[in-house]
Amino acid sequence: MSVLVVVECDGGEVKKSSLEVASYGSQVAQMLGTTATAVAVGEATEANLAQLGEQGISKVLYDAEPRLKDFVNGAYTKLIAAAAEKEGAQVIVLANSNIGAAVGSRLSVRLKASLATNVVELPKNDGGSFTVKRGAFSGKAFADVVLTGDRKILAVKKNSIEALHEAGKTATVESFSASLSDADFADAPKQVVMQDQAGGVLLPEADRVVSGGRGMKGPENWHLIEDLAKALGAATACSKPVSDVDWRPHHEHVGQTGITVSPNLYIACGISGAIQHLAGVNSSKVIVVINKDPEAPFFKAADYGIVGDVFEVLPKLTQAIKELN
Amino acid sequence: MKFLVCISNVPDTTTKITFTPDNKEFNKAGVQFVINPWDEYALTRAIELKEAQGSGTVTVLNVGEADTEPNIRKALAIGADDAIRVNAAPKDAYFVAEQIAAIAKEGAYDVILMGKESIDYNGFQVHGMVGELLGIPTVAPAMKLDMSGNTATLEREIEGGKEIVEVATPFVASCQQPMCEPRIPNMRGIMTARTKPLKVVEPTGEGARTSVAEYALPPKKQGVKLIPAESAGDLIKLLRNEAKVI
Repeated sequence: MSVLVVVECDGGEVKKSSLEVASYGSQVAQMLGTTATAVAVGEATEANLAQLGEQGISKVLYDAEPRLKDFVNGAYTKLIAAAAEKEGAQVIVLANSNIGAAVGSRLSVRLKASLATNVVELPKNDGGSFTVKRGAFSGKAFADVVLTGDRKILAVKKNSIEALHEAGKTATVESFSASLSDADFADAPKQVVMQDQAGGVLLPEADRVVSGGRGMKGPENWHLIEDLAKALGAATACSKPVSDVDWRPHHEHVGQTGITVSPNLYIACGISGAIQHLAGVNSSKVIVVINKDPEAPFFKAADYGIVGDVFEVLPKLTQAIKELN
Repeated sequence: MKFLVCISNVPDTTTKITFTPDNKEFNKAGVQFVINPWDEYALTRAIELKEAQGSGTVTVLNVGEADTEPNIRKALAIGADDAIRVNAAPKDAYFVAEQIAAIAKEGAYDVILMGKESIDYNGFQVHGMVGELLGIPTVAPAMKLDMSGNTATLEREIEGGKEIVEVATPFVASCQQPMCEPRIPNMRGIMTARTKPLKVVEPTGEGARTSVAEYALPPKKQGVKLIPAESAGDLIKLLRNEAKVI
């Protein structure tokens, strides 16, 4: 019996969401009176994996097969299932990312496990029932889900768990082979194309997000959003009407039918706050709304607001950040 | 080529979410139900591909009770050829996946499409479970899907980019924008939908692996603190000193 954590790596680094997942997994292990082992996928370095000790991980399994650098559902599923069997894992924790959800769902069938995605809190394990809180209705509600299977798989929503940092603790890194064959790589990507990210911050992983709506009047004005995002170290995003008219790409569309985000800070510029947009952002810790219409519904969901013209307000905010730094 | 498109019946995107007094169930009273918006991408793309091939069928599948039939008819009006309803309230993702896998196996479908997730339970699970139950590849979430013979080329979204993946039929894909422009039914479609076959079957399988103990709404916000536009820079100080987020 142990807890297995799936850690995603990119370019040698452990992803921020995986540091959160590792912290979540080690706390679950503590709760169950056991230890947390991680299995790493993607391109990792031994030194970075050893640092997962800071998140409470005691051991990291790593298969150095080069084809695992990119996401391959078949191979990742087999690798993680093999690690789960080796460790006798009762609970498997992964990120609620595109990779985590794609692998987690296949894994749940293979391991006959109960699966909860979008998990936002540590589980409760009392009276013999194992319950987790998850986001539902596109962020408009939460559900307490009882996992009835002997094995449980939890996909943890980004930014919902604070990453632990116990300085100086290291994990042992153990090489691990799941004896993958060519057939396991049948769905390997032919090509991987990375998008340009403003300021290099990925929207789904971002701590801070600056988002623009139709009130920005046109794509030629987006430099105002980008300047503020750059000063804040934030990702940029947009509302659905903006991506529908191609001012911004679809992967920046935040909302019920776009990306759901839960950053610490969400700044909405010229977005009125349709219920579908709110659904995608209302689990953000702090929401700032800038809109010239004082009746904009978004102000009701905001923590801070400025009633004013985005073209005047945004440069002032960017300036103020620069002064602060 | 035989396409199977799985649709779920969800509250309209403008719905204010409330629950029954014991917080055990979603309160359906007065709520308009629609085809899950993500599933519309799957449905339209399947119809487009069938049309491009000049042959084949698009079958719509829904796991739901009789009240989902208006939306099944809508899918038929958009252009699907026939429909199957598994007569059961969806219990959880695994339960739904078992029903889909059983139907997919029996009908020997080549391509199984669905939305990335449903906008009510947001599981993002069913596609992978179906793929694993059938032992075939899953591509999730897919932003583009083209077919050439029995080979599909898909663009899969990854954090920060996309991957181009080739898979042979049969496979499962969960769809999202910008795959296609979802269609709306025209009058001719609505008229012909009435006579298209809709088969009702009973559920099979082992059943659910999770259950919902209770629903809750997010805590109410304290109320907005307004900062005058002239002194917008003060907001930054508040975000640092009061909210402590920068």
